Amino acid sequence: MNLIKSLEQEQIKSDLPNFRPGDTVKVSVKVIEGTRERIQVFEGVVIRRRGTGLSETFTVRRIASGVGVERTFPLNTPKIDKIEVVKLGKVRRARLYYLRNLRGKAARIKERVRKQ
Amino acid sequence: MFLACAEVLIMKKAILGKKLGMTQLFTSEGLAVPVTVIEAGPCQVVSVKTDKKDGYSAIQVGFAEKRENLFTKPVKGQFDKAGVRPLRFLRELRIGDCSGYEVGQDIKADVFSTGEKVDVIGTSKGKGFAGGIKRHGFHRGPTSHGSRYHRRPGSLGAKGVARVFKGRKLPGHMGSERVTIQNLEVVRVDPERNLLAVKGAIPGPRGGLVIIKNSVKGKN
Repeated sequence: MNLIKSLEQEQIKSDLPNFRPGDTVKVSVKVIEGTRERIQVFEGVVIRRRGTGLSETFTVRRIASGVGVERTFPLNTPKIDKIEVVKLGKVRRARLYYLRNLRGKAARIKERVRKQ
Repeated sequence: MFLACAEVLIMKKAILGKKLGMTQLFTSEGLAVPVTVIEAGPCQVVSVKTDKKDGYSAIQVGFAEKRENLFTKPVKGQFDKAGVRPLRFLRELRIGDCSGYEVGQDIKADVFSTGEKVDVIGTSKGKGFAGGIKRHGFHRGPTSHGSRYHRRPGSLGAKGVARVFKGRKLPGHMGSERVTIQNLEVVRVDPERNLLAVKGAIPGPRGGLVIIKNSVKGKN
């Protein structure tokens, strides 16, 4: 079991920022178009983090031209160039599925003050 | 004619290993691949069988440590004859032309390379005495509306013959049998730690003995 752990540990990223559900993040995703590679930014609210270790994933929700779009990323995939925390959110649950039923003003999240 | 065909089909290399468990690995494209990690080797060749002497060709390969005082004298004698330290598992592998192998030679995980297709043989987990639904995928009866017919196997055949045909699928012992999973891709080879990662699931519990060999059907 330890050998598997160490194999997983090699792939786990150490440079990830701390973020939790409710936070607004900018995810820089590497996109391959033909032979060219470019970076696409997906910005939105983290509505879920699930799993542990290497298999942990998180879901980001944003409203793109009036339509709600959710993308789930594996936290440790090499496809993610970097994750930037834009805003901290104050929420009272771990899974923010209720945001799916809210729009506009109601879907705002209170800001959380970073503890010193 | 038959011999010629057989020679083409016969595998070239094989190794014994211990199933460690499953995890996932990311490819360079960022895709997560489910893999089974196997501690493969180092194995030692204990004996080489040749067509001339034994009537068939194969290699006997030993794998895994075991306390020396647990070996019986006859088993230990086999290893002593080869000049090899006694090993827990001893298996004969029919790998076609064995002329490249010598007694005492090491077989390591690096005989396989990334991207190669392999077959993995193991002993499946025992399920005990299992019913028809679990063992053969039979359909079940209704649960309610007065039904008293739930998980039974149903009709055993025609009336006229007055007997049950051989091979009729019925409840019985399931699992603990030799299972081969064909055409698995080798995702990673780590010769330093003797690790092989193959894509997908393989038979048996964690810690179970498995044989990894060239794929019979897969094109490398």
